Amino acid sequence: MKAFSYERAKTPAEAAAAIARQPNAKFIAGGTNLLDLMKLEIEAPTHLVDVNGIGFDKIEATKEGGLRIGALVRNTDLAADQRVRRDYAVLSRALLAGASAQLRNKATTAGNLLQRTRCPYFYDTNQACNKRQPGSGCSAIGGFSRQHAVVGTSEACIATHPSDMAVAMQLLDARVETVKADGATRTIAMADFHRLPGNTPHIETALEPGELITAVTLPKPLGGKHYYRKVRDRSSYAFALISVAAVVLPDGTGRVALGGVAHKPWRLPAADASVAQGGKAVADQLLAGARTTEDNAFKITLVQRTISAVLAEAKKA
Amino acid sequence: MMNDLSDVKITRRDLLIAGAITATTAAVPSVAGAQNNSNSGGGNGGPAQAAAAPVINKVTLVVNGQSRAVEVDTRTTLLDVLRENMHLTGTKKGCDHGQCGACTVIVEGRRINSCLSLAVMHDGDKITTIEGLGTPDKLHPMQAAFVKHDGYQCGYCTPGQICSAISAIEEIKQGIPSHVTADLNTKPLLSSEELRERMSGNICRCGAYSNIIDAINDVAGSRA
Repeated sequence: MKAFSYERAKTPAEAAAAIARQPNAKFIAGGTNLLDLMKLEIEAPTHLVDVNGIGFDKIEATKEGGLRIGALVRNTDLAADQRVRRDYAVLSRALLAGASAQLRNKATTAGNLLQRTRCPYFYDTNQACNKRQPGSGCSAIGGFSRQHAVVGTSEACIATHPSDMAVAMQLLDARVETVKADGATRTIAMADFHRLPGNTPHIETALEPGELITAVTLPKPLGGKHYYRKVRDRSSYAFALISVAAVVLPDGTGRVALGGVAHKPWRLPAADASVAQGGKAVADQLLAGARTTEDNAFKITLVQRTISAVLAEAKKA
Repeated sequence: MMNDLSDVKITRRDLLIAGAITATTAAVPSVAGAQNNSNSGGGNGGPAQAAAAPVINKVTLVVNGQSRAVEVDTRTTLLDVLRENMHLTGTKKGCDHGQCGACTVIVEGRRINSCLSLAVMHDGDKITTIEGLGTPDKLHPMQAAFVKHDGYQCGYCTPGQICSAISAIEEIKQGIPSHVTADLNTKPLLSSEELRERMSGNICRCGAYSNIIDAINDVAGSRA
């Protein structure tokens, strides 16, 4: 790990100002992904601004009937919140399907959104990776690509976003609230928050340098039945090969989002519109134009069957 | 005769340290040489760019009920400060990347991977390690259960398993759901299925899992 200086911020403004003062500074919250990457020197900030003391660690009701989840709410607390369990079960389920209890106790809401891909070529500093070192190439393309993306890929990158929580957040039309170094605030729709790789896979989100996430808001509850089905190599404590988040309403309509297939949580209006027509129709919409490798072509069938299984369960129950 | 060995007053840790020193002696001169080179490079854009100087911060941790102040490089993880500065070597370093759970300790009542947390981020925190749970003469009930059920083979993952197991039972009592909780709107059950899922962050390469679950069930009073 490279040496760095460290300070604690007490307010978001203080944190934003601290970041602006130092080139190559980074915020740290739970640290479960950042420290992992710093040990490998994939991330090498020279200054860390600890934001654990800035507040934003509560879940509160909004005027619109939804919830505002503080950026620093731990994954364990978000998954266990009675309102989330009752009204946004897909979010609880997604969180509980991710990581281990130890990691969920530390990992934060904002940090979960910002976690980086687990592509083995991104992690192996001897390999070419446009995300780690722009312009160096992509060893995953033509490499062992079993866990890689099948939609929204580019010639520069076929990595997937690793988060389960973000898939549920996108399904629920969550919005990300931020503050910039100059104190300006804005909200970003989850659909626009994560970017496709294109020619700049190292730029992963819509955040500007030094912009700090303060909260994630959920609109009022959708009702219906909530599902998060994750398919992985172990039955616990593994990243998704694919995952399906779904809300199915009593009239058979609903919405579906996928994890493990793209550089961001994957959801399309045309797919949501075809939920009543069954799993094959939804999967065909979501995976239109998919580009697979010999290693990950199985994901197409796996997505179709998993969506079908979820929709069949919704019909039965 | 084998009996002679009982007189040898050397711990396993002393032996390992002695071995490590012997093994690294030959490498020391070349490492020092490399450092000199990089220092003379002075960060003038040469290939051996000088690293930024370490930053030392003071931090006070309340470990097993005892307040202890240490000065550490900001890079020091909670795991390393426990082991290297405080010599509490019960907590183990396995993967050092949050994948194996050997470093699990209880911080402010919650289990975490101490390898993925900086010591400087825990100023004032209450930390419980395996050394704070029981002593060889007065074992914590979970420690006693691991002995009774033979919940280990090599023992390296055991301190992490025990800290994790105590927390897992506590989390169920607090009503925190898990991936296998059937109904999110009811309290999770104290069952083997729940405990297995909740212990998935602790890997045991010897594969003592079934005995580990027997030990935890014994303490939890749950049915296997």
